[in-house]
Amino acid sequence: MDIEAAKMVGAGLAVIGLSGVGIGIGNIFASFISSVARNPAARATLFPSTMLGFALVEAVALYALLISFLILFG
Amino acid sequence: MAAEGHHSPLEQFEVKTLIPIDLGGVDVSFTNASLFMILAVAGILLFLTLSMQRRALVPGRWQAMAEMSYEFVAGVVRDNLGPEGKKFFPFAFTLFMFIFFCNAIALVPYTFAVTSHLIVTAALAILVIVLVTAVGIVKHGLHFFSLFMPKGVPIYMAPLLVPLEVLSYLARPVSLALRLFANLTAGHTMLKVFAGFVVMLGIGGIAPLAVIVVLYGLETLIAFLQAYVFTVLTCIYLNDALHLH
Repeated sequence: MDIEAAKMVGAGLAVIGLSGVGIGIGNIFASFISSVARNPAARATLFPSTMLGFALVEAVALYALLISFLILFG
Repeated sequence: MAAEGHHSPLEQFEVKTLIPIDLGGVDVSFTNASLFMILAVAGILLFLTLSMQRRALVPGRWQAMAEMSYEFVAGVVRDNLGPEGKKFFPFAFTLFMFIFFCNAIALVPYTFAVTSHLIVTAALAILVIVLVTAVGIVKHGLHFFSLFMPKGVPIYMAPLLVPLEVLSYLARPVSLALRLFANLTAGHTMLKVFAGFVVMLGIGGIAPLAVIVVLYGLETLIAFLQAYVFTVLTCIYLNDALHLH
Protein backbone atom coordinates (compact mmCIF):
# COMPACT_ATOMS: atom_id res chain seq x y z
CA MET A 1 0.00 0.00 0.00
CA ASP A 2 1.20 3.51 -0.77
CA ILE A 3 2.69 5.12 2.35
CA GLU A 4 0.57 8.25 1.88
CA ALA A 5 -2.60 6.17 1.65
CA ALA A 6 -1.59 4.20 4.74
CA LYS A 7 -1.01 7.47 6.64
CA MET A 8 -4.49 8.70 5.72
CA VAL A 9 -6.08 5.43 6.82
CA GLY A 10 -4.11 5.51 10.08
CA ALA A 11 -5.11 9.09 10.80
CA GLY A 12 -8.74 8.23 10.20
CA LEU A 13 -8.58 5.19 12.46
CA ALA A 14 -6.90 7.18 15.22
CA VAL A 15 -9.84 9.54 15.63
CA ILE A 16 -12.36 6.71 16.17
CA GLY A 17 -11.49 7.02 19.87
CA LEU A 18 -13.23 10.41 19.93
CA SER A 19 -16.57 8.59 20.13
CA GLY A 20 -15.68 7.56 23.68
CA VAL A 21 -14.87 11.17 24.49
CA GLY A 22 -18.26 12.30 23.21
CA ILE A 23 -19.94 9.78 25.51
CA GLY A 24 -17.73 10.90 28.40
CA ILE A 25 -18.50 14.60 28.03
CA GLY A 26 -22.21 13.83 27.65
CA ASN A 27 -22.01 11.75 30.81
CA ILE A 28 -20.39 14.50 32.84
CA PHE A 29 -22.85 17.17 31.88
CA ALA A 30 -25.86 14.83 32.14
CA SER A 31 -24.77 14.04 35.67
CA PHE A 32 -24.28 17.75 36.45
CA ILE A 33 -27.69 18.70 35.05
CA SER A 34 -29.55 15.95 36.89
CA SER A 35 -27.69 16.72 40.15
CA VAL A 36 -28.56 20.42 39.90
CA ALA A 37 -32.14 19.50 39.02
CA ARG A 38 -32.41 17.47 42.22
CA ASN A 39 -30.61 20.03 44.37
CA PRO A 40 -30.34 23.49 42.81
CA ALA A 41 -28.38 24.79 45.80
CA ALA A 42 -25.46 22.51 44.89
CA ARG A 43 -24.84 24.30 41.60
CA ALA A 44 -21.99 26.47 42.89
CA THR A 45 -20.14 23.53 44.48
CA LEU A 46 -20.59 21.20 41.54
CA PHE A 47 -19.71 23.59 38.72
CA PRO A 48 -15.91 23.70 39.29
CA SER A 49 -15.75 19.88 39.46
CA THR A 50 -17.79 19.70 36.26
CA MET A 51 -15.40 22.03 34.49
CA LEU A 52 -12.42 20.04 35.78
CA GLY A 53 -13.98 16.78 34.60
CA PHE A 54 -14.77 18.28 31.21
CA ALA A 55 -11.20 19.47 30.74
CA LEU A 56 -9.79 16.09 31.73
CA VAL A 57 -12.05 14.22 29.27
CA GLU A 58 -11.32 16.75 26.53
CA ALA A 59 -7.62 16.09 27.10
CA VAL A 60 -8.17 12.47 26.00
CA ALA A 61 -9.81 13.78 22.82
CA LEU A 62 -6.75 15.86 22.16
CA TYR A 63 -4.41 12.94 22.78
CA ALA A 64 -6.25 11.02 20.04
CA LEU A 65 -6.08 14.07 17.75
CA LEU A 66 -2.36 14.39 18.50
CA ILE A 67 -1.73 10.75 17.51
CA SER A 68 -3.74 11.33 14.35
CA PHE A 69 -1.64 14.39 13.46
CA LEU A 70 1.56 12.52 14.26
CA ILE A 71 0.55 9.73 11.91
CA LEU A 72 -0.56 12.13 9.20
CA PHE A 73 2.33 14.58 9.32
CA GLY A 74 5.09 12.67 11.13
CA MET B 1 0.98 36.35 -1.31
CA ALA B 2 -0.60 33.79 -3.67
CA ALA B 3 2.66 33.50 -5.60
CA GLU B 4 4.48 32.23 -2.49
CA GLY B 5 2.74 28.88 -2.63
CA HIS B 6 0.92 26.96 0.04
CA HIS B 7 1.39 27.97 3.67
CA SER B 8 0.94 25.23 6.21
CA PRO B 9 -1.32 25.89 9.21
CA LEU B 10 1.56 24.63 11.34
CA GLU B 11 3.86 27.48 10.29
CA GLN B 12 2.56 29.70 13.11
CA PHE B 13 4.36 27.50 15.67
CA GLU B 14 7.82 28.13 14.22
CA VAL B 15 10.29 29.53 16.74
CA LYS B 16 12.07 32.46 15.12
CA THR B 17 15.34 33.81 16.49
CA LEU B 18 15.14 37.56 17.10
CA ILE B 19 18.56 38.19 18.67
CA PRO B 20 21.10 35.41 18.19
CA ILE B 21 23.12 34.77 21.37
CA ASP B 22 25.70 32.01 21.49
CA LEU B 23 27.14 30.97 24.88
CA GLY B 24 30.10 28.73 24.10
CA GLY B 25 28.29 26.58 21.55
CA VAL B 26 24.94 26.62 23.36
CA ASP B 27 22.20 28.50 21.53
CA VAL B 28 20.50 30.78 24.04
CA SER B 29 19.11 33.21 21.46
CA PHE B 30 16.29 35.57 22.25
CA THR B 31 13.43 34.09 20.26
CA ASN B 32 9.83 35.08 19.65
CA ALA B 33 8.93 32.56 22.38
CA SER B 34 11.12 34.46 24.85
CA LEU B 35 9.58 37.74 23.72
CA PHE B 36 6.04 36.56 24.37
CA MET B 37 6.93 35.04 27.72
CA ILE B 38 8.38 38.41 28.73
CA LEU B 39 5.23 40.11 27.41
CA ALA B 40 3.06 37.78 29.50
CA VAL B 41 5.04 38.45 32.68
CA ALA B 42 5.11 42.21 31.97
CA GLY B 43 1.36 42.08 31.36
CA ILE B 44 0.75 40.34 34.68
CA LEU B 45 3.01 42.78 36.58
CA LEU B 46 1.40 45.84 35.01
CA PHE B 47 -2.11 44.48 35.54
CA LEU B 48 -1.59 43.71 39.21
CA THR B 49 0.47 46.76 40.21
CA LEU B 50 -1.47 49.37 38.26
CA SER B 51 -4.91 47.99 39.24
CA MET B 52 -4.04 48.02 42.93
CA GLN B 53 -2.47 51.50 42.93
CA ARG B 54 -5.53 53.26 44.25
CA ARG B 55 -6.16 50.69 47.02
CA ALA B 56 -9.78 51.81 47.32
CA LEU B 57 -11.94 50.09 49.92
CA VAL B 58 -14.71 49.90 47.34
CA PRO B 59 -12.83 48.63 44.28
CA GLY B 60 -13.12 50.20 40.87
CA ARG B 61 -13.27 47.93 37.79
CA TRP B 62 -9.55 47.13 37.40
CA GLN B 63 -9.02 46.63 41.12
CA ALA B 64 -12.08 44.37 41.18
CA MET B 65 -10.56 42.25 38.41
CA ALA B 66 -7.24 41.93 40.23
CA GLU B 67 -9.01 41.04 43.48
CA MET B 68 -11.24 38.53 41.67
CA SER B 69 -8.26 36.74 40.16
CA TYR B 70 -6.60 36.60 43.59
CA GLU B 71 -9.78 35.33 45.24
CA PHE B 72 -10.36 32.76 42.51
CA VAL B 73 -6.94 31.11 42.89
CA ALA B 74 -7.12 31.48 46.68
CA GLY B 75 -10.43 29.58 46.57
CA VAL B 76 -8.87 26.81 44.51
CA VAL B 77 -5.91 26.50 46.90
CA ARG B 78 -8.18 26.58 49.96
CA ASP B 79 -10.55 23.94 48.58
CA ASN B 80 -7.85 21.50 47.54
CA LEU B 81 -5.08 22.03 50.07
CA GLY B 82 -6.92 23.07 53.20
CA PRO B 83 -5.77 25.86 55.52
CA GLU B 84 -2.15 24.67 55.66
CA GLY B 85 -1.90 25.11 51.90
CA LYS B 86 -1.62 28.88 52.23
CA LYS B 87 2.15 28.83 51.74
CA PHE B 88 1.66 27.33 48.27
CA PHE B 89 -0.67 30.11 47.16
CA PRO B 90 2.06 32.28 45.53
CA PHE B 91 3.19 29.31 43.46
CA ALA B 92 -0.34 28.41 42.38
CA PHE B 93 -1.15 32.06 41.60
CA THR B 94 2.01 32.51 39.52
CA LEU B 95 1.33 29.29 37.63
CA PHE B 96 -2.29 30.22 36.94
CA MET B 97 -1.60 33.81 35.86
CA PHE B 98 1.39 32.86 33.69
CA ILE B 99 -0.47 30.13 31.82
CA PHE B 100 -3.63 32.23 31.49
CA PHE B 101 -1.80 35.31 30.20
CA CYS B 102 0.31 33.23 27.79
CA ASN B 103 -2.84 31.57 26.45
CA ALA B 104 -4.77 34.84 26.27
CA ILE B 105 -2.02 36.82 24.52
CA ALA B 106 -1.87 34.07 21.89
CA LEU B 107 -5.48 34.84 20.96
CA VAL B 108 -4.41 38.12 19.36
CA PRO B 109 -3.66 37.61 15.64
CA TYR B 110 -0.01 37.63 14.60
CA THR B 111 1.17 36.70 18.11
CA PHE B 112 2.93 33.53 19.15
CA ALA B 113 1.43 30.89 21.43
CA VAL B 114 4.11 30.16 24.02
CA THR B 115 2.25 27.27 25.65
CA SER B 116 1.65 25.58 22.31
CA HIS B 117 5.15 24.15 22.54
CA LEU B 118 5.56 20.85 24.34
CA ILE B 119 8.92 21.94 25.76
CA VAL B 120 7.33 24.89 27.57
CA THR B 121 4.45 22.88 29.02
CA ALA B 122 6.82 20.02 29.86
CA ALA B 123 9.08 22.44 31.72
CA LEU B 124 6.08 23.64 33.75
CA ALA B 125 4.91 20.07 34.41
CA ILE B 126 8.40 18.92 35.46
CA LEU B 127 8.62 21.93 37.78
CA VAL B 128 5.30 20.91 39.36
CA ILE B 129 6.17 17.23 39.80
CA VAL B 130 9.64 17.93 41.19
CA LEU B 131 8.17 20.46 43.62
CA VAL B 132 5.41 18.05 44.70
CA THR B 133 7.83 15.14 45.20
CA ALA B 134 10.34 17.34 47.04
CA VAL B 135 7.62 18.73 49.32
CA GLY B 136 6.41 15.21 50.05
CA ILE B 137 9.87 13.88 50.83
CA VAL B 138 10.81 16.88 52.97
CA LYS B 139 7.60 16.57 54.97
CA HIS B 140 7.36 12.79 55.36
CA GLY B 141 10.88 11.52 54.74
CA LEU B 142 11.01 8.02 53.29
CA HIS B 143 7.44 7.43 54.49
CA PHE B 144 6.46 9.44 51.39
CA PHE B 145 6.83 6.26 49.34
CA SER B 146 3.90 4.72 51.20
CA LEU B 147 1.92 6.80 48.70
CA PHE B 148 2.50 3.97 46.23
CA MET B 149 1.20 1.24 48.51
CA PRO B 150 -2.53 1.79 49.17
CA LYS B 151 -3.81 0.79 52.61
CA GLY B 152 -5.46 -2.56 53.16
CA VAL B 153 -3.82 -4.31 50.24
CA PRO B 154 -2.34 -7.78 50.96
CA ILE B 155 1.45 -7.88 50.73
CA TYR B 156 1.61 -10.40 47.89
CA MET B 157 -0.12 -7.90 45.60
CA ALA B 158 2.61 -5.33 46.19
CA PRO B 159 4.99 -6.39 43.34
CA LEU B 160 2.09 -5.93 40.94
CA LEU B 161 0.52 -2.83 42.45
CA VAL B 162 3.53 -0.68 43.35
CA PRO B 163 5.00 -0.43 39.81
CA LEU B 164 1.50 0.37 38.56
CA GLU B 165 1.12 3.15 41.12
CA VAL B 166 4.58 4.51 40.31
CA LEU B 167 3.71 4.50 36.61
CA SER B 168 0.47 6.34 37.27
CA TYR B 169 2.37 8.88 39.41
CA LEU B 170 4.87 9.44 36.60
CA ALA B 171 2.02 9.75 34.11
CA ARG B 172 0.84 12.89 35.95
CA PRO B 173 3.44 15.35 34.59
CA VAL B 174 3.09 13.74 31.15
CA SER B 175 -0.65 14.31 31.12
CA LEU B 176 -0.28 17.83 32.53
CA ALA B 177 2.14 18.80 29.78
CA LEU B 178 0.29 17.03 26.97
CA ARG B 179 -3.12 18.40 27.92
CA LEU B 180 -2.08 22.06 27.78
CA PHE B 181 0.08 21.58 24.69
CA ALA B 182 -2.53 19.63 22.71
CA ASN B 183 -5.36 22.04 23.60
CA LEU B 184 -3.43 25.11 22.51
CA THR B 185 -1.93 23.56 19.37
CA ALA B 186 -5.21 22.02 18.20
CA GLY B 187 -7.09 25.28 18.82
CA HIS B 188 -4.66 27.48 16.95
CA THR B 189 -4.27 24.99 14.09
CA MET B 190 -8.06 24.90 13.66
CA LEU B 191 -8.20 28.70 13.60
CA LYS B 192 -5.53 28.81 10.89
CA VAL B 193 -7.23 26.10 8.82
CA PHE B 194 -10.56 27.95 8.85
CA ALA B 195 -8.76 31.20 8.09
CA GLY B 196 -7.34 29.46 5.02
CA PHE B 197 -10.87 28.52 3.99
CA VAL B 198 -12.02 32.14 4.30
CA VAL B 199 -9.30 33.27 1.90
CA MET B 200 -10.01 30.40 -0.49
CA LEU B 201 -13.76 30.96 -0.78
CA GLY B 202 -13.77 34.67 -1.59
CA ILE B 203 -17.29 36.04 -1.03
CA GLY B 204 -18.50 32.70 0.33
CA GLY B 205 -15.93 33.11 3.07
CA ILE B 206 -18.67 34.44 5.35
CA ALA B 207 -19.46 30.91 6.51
CA PRO B 208 -15.96 29.97 7.71
CA LEU B 209 -15.72 33.47 9.19
CA ALA B 210 -18.76 32.77 11.36
CA VAL B 211 -17.13 29.51 12.43
CA ILE B 212 -13.96 31.42 13.33
CA VAL B 213 -15.99 33.81 15.51
CA VAL B 214 -17.48 30.85 17.39
CA LEU B 215 -14.05 29.19 17.61
CA TYR B 216 -12.59 32.34 19.14
CA GLY B 217 -15.22 32.15 21.87
CA LEU B 218 -14.26 28.52 22.47
CA GLU B 219 -10.57 29.37 22.45
CA THR B 220 -11.06 32.10 25.06
CA LEU B 221 -12.87 29.60 27.28
CA ILE B 222 -10.12 27.04 26.71
CA ALA B 223 -7.42 29.61 27.54
CA PHE B 224 -8.98 30.17 30.95
CA LEU B 225 -10.06 26.57 31.54
CA GLN B 226 -6.65 25.06 30.79
CA ALA B 227 -4.94 27.46 33.18
CA TYR B 228 -7.54 26.57 35.82
CA VAL B 229 -7.17 22.82 35.23
CA PHE B 230 -3.37 23.00 35.43
CA THR B 231 -3.60 24.88 38.73
CA VAL B 232 -6.28 22.60 40.21
CA LEU B 233 -4.35 19.46 39.34
CA THR B 234 -1.17 20.96 40.80
CA CYS B 235 -3.04 21.63 44.06
CA ILE B 236 -4.52 18.09 44.04
CA TYR B 237 -1.05 16.56 43.56
CA LEU B 238 0.34 18.78 46.31
CA ASN B 239 -2.49 17.62 48.58
CA ASP B 240 -1.66 14.00 47.80
CA ALA B 241 2.00 14.59 48.67
CA LEU B 242 1.22 16.52 51.85
CA HIS B 243 -1.47 14.21 53.20
CA LEU B 244 -0.51 10.88 51.59
CA HIS B 245 -4.09 10.06 50.57
